[in-house]
Amino acid sequence: MNPFNYNEEQLKITANTIRQDIIQMLLRAGSGHSAGSLGMVDVFTALYFHILNHDPKNPEWPERDRLILSNGHICPARYAAMAHAGYFPIEELLTLRKLNSRLQGHPHRTSLPGLETTSGPLGSGLSQACGIAVGAKMDKKKFRIYCLMSDGEHDSGNTWEAVMFASKYRLNNLTVIIDRNNIQIDGYTEEVMPLEPLDKKYRSFNWHTLHIDGHNFREIIDACEHAKAVFEKPTAIIAHTIPGKDIDFMEFQYEWHGKPPNQEEAKRALDQLRTLGGKIQSEHQ
Amino acid sequence: MLNQNLKLNPDLFNLSAIKKIPIRDGYGKGLVIAGEQNKNVVVLCADLTESTKSLWFKEKFPDRFIEVGVAEQNLVTVAAGLANYGKIPFISSYAVFSPGRNWEQIRTTVCYNDVPVKLGGAHAGVSVGPDGGTHQALEDIAIMRVLPNMIVLSPCDWLEARKATVAAAFNGKPTYIRLAREATPVITSEESPFEIGKAYIYWDSGNDAAIIATGSLVYNALLAAKQLDEENVKVKVINLPTVKPLDEVVLLEAIRSTRAVVTVEEHQINGGLGGAIAELCVKNSPVPIEFVGINDKFGQSGSPEELIEFYEIGTSSIKEAVKRVIKRK
Repeated sequence: MNPFNYNEEQLKITANTIRQDIIQMLLRAGSGHSAGSLGMVDVFTALYFHILNHDPKNPEWPERDRLILSNGHICPARYAAMAHAGYFPIEELLTLRKLNSRLQGHPHRTSLPGLETTSGPLGSGLSQACGIAVGAKMDKKKFRIYCLMSDGEHDSGNTWEAVMFASKYRLNNLTVIIDRNNIQIDGYTEEVMPLEPLDKKYRSFNWHTLHIDGHNFREIIDACEHAKAVFEKPTAIIAHTIPGKDIDFMEFQYEWHGKPPNQEEAKRALDQLRTLGGKIQSEHQ
Repeated sequence: MLNQNLKLNPDLFNLSAIKKIPIRDGYGKGLVIAGEQNKNVVVLCADLTESTKSLWFKEKFPDRFIEVGVAEQNLVTVAAGLANYGKIPFISSYAVFSPGRNWEQIRTTVCYNDVPVKLGGAHAGVSVGPDGGTHQALEDIAIMRVLPNMIVLSPCDWLEARKATVAAAFNGKPTYIRLAREATPVITSEESPFEIGKAYIYWDSGNDAAIIATGSLVYNALLAAKQLDEENVKVKVINLPTVKPLDEVVLLEAIRSTRAVVTVEEHQINGGLGGAIAELCVKNSPVPIEFVGINDKFGQSGSPEELIEFYEIGTSSIKEAVKRVIKRK
């Protein structure tokens, strides 16, 4: 059971708060990855507050669902979701990327309970998730393994080695959610190294695949439920997301892949989030 | 004289009687023993199951054996996930491929992640022979010992490899085990001690020089010491099966009492055992050192004996190095 089991309205409010935290964290850190972090907030929120079977007060609980973040650079979103779920104090979010912080620039497993793996170098998360999944199968464990990946890291050979492996060992306890935001550091994915047809690639490797709107909580939750019902193979959910989601000057701009907002940009971003894009009046205005 | 306390093979210097067994066989036997002792031991291989001797584990524990195909990056990262979950994974391949090809994954997902994956690197050294330079790992000690959290083992014979493999299974740390391919003289016995982190003085006839050797060339170091003794050159021979962490107590005592060191390895001198001992000496007790090892070159095809001779790492080269270092005292 998820300890929160939030409904869609609660998830939306939580996601908005997490986006505000990300802006504050990146502003304070002075470096970091804005676009991907903001783009995956809804997926993280759905996982921590509705989907995952976890216990924030007991992060090492052996029966917990595992959430493996392969593209570690979007960790601000994970950190903020974890803090709001109660893994650590929310104030600690502002230590991101500072000396001796538990919130390293890329996730470091032994620094912060609940991270599951050290990650950042792309292409190695899926195979670690596969290792956990194959071990769990050996021991007939019931927990599920969720692996979040970027689209850009599908350039890497290690990713496809793992895709083959998961298929061979019929890892039906593994659900992959791919952040299909079409950007990577050097530009648009289809210009850097075309990935399409991504779903057909996965299907030809004998995976089950789904497409969802990565900002629609109902679709995120339903897809994860659907994956549980697929008996004979692993499932890849291609989540179409908007990089920089909800900040109008960041959305779809690959230039925001690897940079933080400055003071002025952060203010504009926070205003947009607090007024839900101008729909309501902010008390900060 | 041979150290009688260590119960080494009594046939050690009987060249016609001494048994020769590949070091990798010890790894294969060790995997089975570790597997019998703990059901969490699992073995992964990258399409080299027979020649890494992982086959013996696969035959005994088929449900705990994982074949990943020719995919060394996946080999180590799947193992990292298994270790993360609570298994004790051993990964087997040739050392040029693992830890060669998958170094960054070892760094990030094993060492920095600090999960106890065990790496068996077979076909280390030029004594791999006819396969040639592509398959002769000469850099693996260097790239493993530079990694924080990594333990580096380099056993001298199949028995020591077996003991090292079992010990590695239960040390709770990322661990690399370096394995030679060819049949290697059996130096130790069942009763000889082995502990991760310990250096052993196998021969001690005096304080003219200390030979510090690792892996299959420990035998050549012992032959050299015996021949030198007959020429009235009195040395110590230290078998160093743990290249990281170094047994500084035993090593520094030998270094200080001899004030002349020769390192012996079937590996690049740069960054290997020679590099490690040089660092130790410079920090604690600067003395002359001569290095017997591969001198910034790649290997090539040939018979193991020819290659040991060609690359000047055999018994006569060790003796010459001892004489050179004594002159520098």
